[in-house]
Amino acid sequence: MGLKDGPRSVSGIAQPIKSVAQRFAFLALLLAALALMILGKVDSALMERVRVNVTDTVAPILDVISKPVETVNQLIEEARDLYDLRDVNEQLKIDNSRLLQWQTVARKLEAENKELRNILSFVPDKEARFVTARVIADTGGAFANSIILNAGEQAGARKGEAAITGNGLVGRVAGVGARSSRVLLITDLNSRIPVIVQPGGIRAIMAGNNSEQPRLIHLPPGAIVSHGDRVETSGHGGAFPPGLPVGRVSSVDEPGITVRPFVDRTRLGYVRLLDYGLAGIVETPPVQSGIAAAGKRRPQPGARQ
Amino acid sequence: MKPSLWQRLDILVRKLTPFLLTLALVLLNVIPLHIPGFSRVVPLLPLMAIYHWAVYRSELFPAYAVFIIGLLHDVFTGAPIGVNALMFLLVYGVVVSQHRFLFGKSFSVIWIGFGLVAGAASALTWVLVSMWNFAVIEPSAVYIQFLLTFGLFPGLAWIFMRWQRAFLRQV
Repeated sequence: MGLKDGPRSVSGIAQPIKSVAQRFAFLALLLAALALMILGKVDSALMERVRVNVTDTVAPILDVISKPVETVNQLIEEARDLYDLRDVNEQLKIDNSRLLQWQTVARKLEAENKELRNILSFVPDKEARFVTARVIADTGGAFANSIILNAGEQAGARKGEAAITGNGLVGRVAGVGARSSRVLLITDLNSRIPVIVQPGGIRAIMAGNNSEQPRLIHLPPGAIVSHGDRVETSGHGGAFPPGLPVGRVSSVDEPGITVRPFVDRTRLGYVRLLDYGLAGIVETPPVQSGIAAAGKRRPQPGARQ
Repeated sequence: MKPSLWQRLDILVRKLTPFLLTLALVLLNVIPLHIPGFSRVVPLLPLMAIYHWAVYRSELFPAYAVFIIGLLHDVFTGAPIGVNALMFLLVYGVVVSQHRFLFGKSFSVIWIGFGLVAGAASALTWVLVSMWNFAVIEPSAVYIQFLLTFGLFPGLAWIFMRWQRAFLRQV
């Protein structure tokens, strides 16, 4: 880049011309920024592509510089774990005895389920595949909630896939480059997830609003939702597989119903991208091509774990 | 005497450092730090850098460099592309036009100036992004982000001052 100084001793005529030219260039840049904003509103797919390509270029750098932070973080986490060892152990013992009971119940149900499926000749859902990726950037700021992962098309990430952790849903893959991808978090203003509130099976849409607690909207009239209810993906709209844990209803009052997600954004180190062979919601490419692409990928299980 | 090629190269690299440092801050800004609640209110490091260079060495940081920094910031943060480019340019334009006033003033004046400019920029960004999304964005995170950006400015400015003294004195 030519950050060259202009000659300081310019003649009396050249100076005003230069200043006018600079002013004009400045205005042109301002207008260009505005034009880009408007273009982004008109053609969001184009801008997403630009975003993905630029991100892809610097992904290796982000990957490298985010590693030491990750390591330090792990050390802190480990120290904290050591400190809590006794309490956690106590808690685990209690959990374990409870889970053993659940295991018995689950075994019984599994056997029963299998039997019933045999009777009905039930066609099971396809097995989902995973790509595990590291979070290399957490886009700071109050205006957007997204993360960048170090897995892209080469690793098998696809647009529209659900990003999850062991705790629950993180978000949706909004853009995929060759070696990086961007995940729109469920808290983002533009995130709309079809969910189901349990118990009761009430359908709703969980809409992000850039705060830490998304809201539930479009509930059926007369639906009763109470504090602490569990929110899961419903699988409607073909975006996500049904039953992914999302969060718990945290408040039900006049301005609306809010949900506290199970996933803590600040703790995100690794996430899994879940390929369920479904086309994403509000996708730009037509739905058929999404399914076809997913179908084509199926015969190569080596590419995924 | 004409400077040798190496000397000229050395000067060119030195001249590029304000831009490169700011570029590094753009990347640093999005590194996940895993501090609870922090990622929503991370201070706007590139804004601090642009203000600083516009005040002290605007000739090393032309408007198109500001534009590029803004665009990259938009790309990485997921904000509507162009918003921060516009905002950084406006901040840059205001500072450069007030150069006569800010030149040679004490650091506290520069800092207060930053508070005013950054505050106005945050508010305007909030308005623009809300308009862009046709929705009112929760302002509290924007406010905290501004406070952090304001509060941390002296730290970054100090580092940049040291840098200027060490590498940019003759440039």
